[in-house]
Amino acid sequence: MAVIRIEYFAVLREHVGRAAEEIRTTATTVGELYAELDRRYAFPAVGRVKVAVNDEFREWNAPVRDGDLVVFIPPVAGG
Amino acid sequence: MSHFAFSRDPFTPERYRALVADPVAGGYASFEGWVRNHNDGRGVVRLEYEGYEALGVKEGDRVVAEALARFPIARAHCVHRLGLLEIGDLAVWVGVTAAHRDAAFAACRYIIDEVKTRVPIWKKEHYADGDSGWINCEVRSADAPAGSVPP
Repeated sequence: MAVIRIEYFAVLREHVGRAAEEIRTTATTVGELYAELDRRYAFPAVGRVKVAVNDEFREWNAPVRDGDLVVFIPPVAGG
Repeated sequence: MSHFAFSRDPFTPERYRALVADPVAGGYASFEGWVRNHNDGRGVVRLEYEGYEALGVKEGDRVVAEALARFPIARAHCVHRLGLLEIGDLAVWVGVTAAHRDAAFAACRYIIDEVKTRVPIWKKEHYADGDSGWINCEVRSADAPAGSVPP
């Protein structure tokens, strides 16, 4: 069991109803973690989502470890 | 020092212009993105920018560093607003100085194009009819399968 901090932004923050949470999970990759949370929250279809671990972009097969900060990044729209 | 910053408060380009001043510079090119009153045929009354600031500053700094490596320019900097903005407000500023103008224009274009697609910033438009939506995150059911895309 790992305890992971998740931060939500924009459309995902509004959908989940909070900006951050800590969850206990058996997921070993960020992809598994996303799938677990998607089952819980039924994330809206927003297009291609990216992921960051500890404030760096990572691939979906990147490992998650106890104490990590994970952020799912829906399509961006700066400028 | 990072070449990219977020600003929660309104700012003027003059406040940051000195950051790109350089004795070798013969030209200064800048881009200002402003909040417009329409998008995709709908009237827009205001908008909100939300940023993942810790990663956003890193990625924005990488974009400007790439421009500094790729083009013969002297200095470059970018500042992006966060929070609630009204029509006409300054949303983003890019400033580039170079010995010659061609490189300054090209680097300025590179920075704004990359910032728009790579830096984790989200824009919510509020429409004249009371509706609102996150730009680039509204997927029509005909375009995408149900549920989410990754992994």
